[in-house]
Amino acid sequence: MKRFIGFIRKEFYHIFRDRRSLFILFGMPIAQILLFGFAITNEINNVNIAILDHSKDTSTLEIINKISNSKYFSIKQIISREAEIESVFQKGKIKAVLNFEKDFGRNLIKKKSAQIQIITDATDPNTANSITNYINAILQNYLQEKNKSIQLDYQIIPQTRMVYNQELKSVFLFVPGVMTIILMLVSAMMTSISITREKELGTMEILLVSPLKPFQVIIGKVVPYIFLSIINAAVIVLLSIFIFKMPVEGSLILLGAESVLFIITSLALGILISTISDTQQSAMMISLMGLMLPVILLSGFIFPISSMPAPLQVISNIIPAKWFIIIIKGIMLKGVGLAFVWKETLILIGMTVFFIAVSVKKYKIRLD
Amino acid sequence: MKNENVIEVENLTKAFGAFKAVNAISFEVKKGEIFGFLGANGAGKTTAIKMLIGISHPTSGKAKVVDFDVYTQPEAIKRNIGYMSQRFALYDDLTVQENINFFGGIYGLSRKAIRQKSKDSLVELGMHEISSKLVGSLPLGWKQKLSFSVALLHEPKIVFLDEPTGGVDPITRRQFWEMIYKAADQGTTIFVTTHYMDEAEYCDRVSIMVEGKIEALDTPKNLKQQFKVASMNEVFLKLARNIE
Repeated sequence: MKRFIGFIRKEFYHIFRDRRSLFILFGMPIAQILLFGFAITNEINNVNIAILDHSKDTSTLEIINKISNSKYFSIKQIISREAEIESVFQKGKIKAVLNFEKDFGRNLIKKKSAQIQIITDATDPNTANSITNYINAILQNYLQEKNKSIQLDYQIIPQTRMVYNQELKSVFLFVPGVMTIILMLVSAMMTSISITREKELGTMEILLVSPLKPFQVIIGKVVPYIFLSIINAAVIVLLSIFIFKMPVEGSLILLGAESVLFIITSLALGILISTISDTQQSAMMISLMGLMLPVILLSGFIFPISSMPAPLQVISNIIPAKWFIIIIKGIMLKGVGLAFVWKETLILIGMTVFFIAVSVKKYKIRLD
Repeated sequence: MKNENVIEVENLTKAFGAFKAVNAISFEVKKGEIFGFLGANGAGKTTAIKMLIGISHPTSGKAKVVDFDVYTQPEAIKRNIGYMSQRFALYDDLTVQENINFFGGIYGLSRKAIRQKSKDSLVELGMHEISSKLVGSLPLGWKQKLSFSVALLHEPKIVFLDEPTGGVDPITRRQFWEMIYKAADQGTTIFVTTHYMDEAEYCDRVSIMVEGKIEALDTPKNLKQQFKVASMNEVFLKLARNIE
């Protein structure tokens, strides 16, 4: 045990004396969560729009007032002809034009249906999409109010996206993803790099010739990263609770336990990577290409899995991060307990056992 | 006492598929001896050493190191040997003292023993004033000498040195060999590989490996007589040429 503590102390010296790994360990989680929280966002604020109102009746006036009273839009221009739309967009300030049809208000009452055209500047497709959704939501809201007083029995079906994002905080959706990426990065990449570093320096050979058993060497290298990853997970959760006021609906203990499980899964992956690579550089490349990209692209963090082509949906199943994101989204946002995520938890445990078994086998082959 | 064998190897073989990297080598090493293990690059030296220090399993043959069998007691072997590899192998980002503490620790030395030993060897190396410097800031020769002291820290019965003086200047090499002699005088057996033929002359006995086999094994003096040449360098060249 004393040997072991000495080993771990040595590992901490390595980490704290290397500015690069310190930055990856502590700078990056904070930078990422702040970036995703403040800068990279699907929310829109004070978007400049123009109005083309062919009807100019009470209904259109009410709708226009409602839009301009929201904090999302500010009406910068009123135009009177279709021909102006093009030039308005070309100036670049205006991101959307609302075009009310002639006799909008009358059609709404008589035909129970009126038309409004939302033209958006799709050079930035995400923003355009959001603008459309927000305007739809405002229209929907207006109709609901109207329906209360006058019996109008038609509906605009709102986009499900608004239902998810009811609080209009995209940071809530990013936190689970960022946490997953950070834990994966710290656990898998940092351990695989630190193990291959010993190989590269030749110290691994010295350690293998020492009375330490190979598994002791590996565990000694991994334990410090378990600690650091747990600290990181805690920092991310605290930042999201206190800076972004994110509610954690479910049990913090379950959240912690699941995080530790995912950390161990990632460490097992890191060990596996280190058994198949001999240099720090190849360990880093494998971690980045083999882990980070799939995590970002296929885990459902940014692109929803349900909208992927079928083969990719199948592939996404073998990515541990996918299951972890499902688990922590469930715990954080929906407040579910273990009863709802036991299947995903079992899958993660299974993957961990598999990775460890393969690494042990590979490790033995190398020794022969 | 001098006739006690600490390494006994009989027909030791390591095959990778059809290729025999080490082909039925046999030799003994006596206690306190400086045994030179020579051979060109790729002759199988490193593979042979790896089997002796318990990190590679032989394909066939017998080998005993410090009375322990390489097949069944690799852990006991590891406790009783020291090893220094051709690549410098201390941690650059740890200080001299931290390196000593770490390696002493993994060999299970008590803190008190480590303190005493490290003080002695640092004074001997003339490094006690820089014990809190990072190893990475030391010149290569100092690192090599420190590395050797670290390998001796747990008082091993045999020290395996795999090209310990690669890339070091002649003066430091000279000092390094003085350290080797001193350790041998105290009863430690030295098993050393080298590329420098002048160093081969310093050994009590040398073996020369060519393509997986030991082609010559004797004292440097006898080998020179046998091949009727004036230096070990020529012995080596003659052997290598004959094979071709």
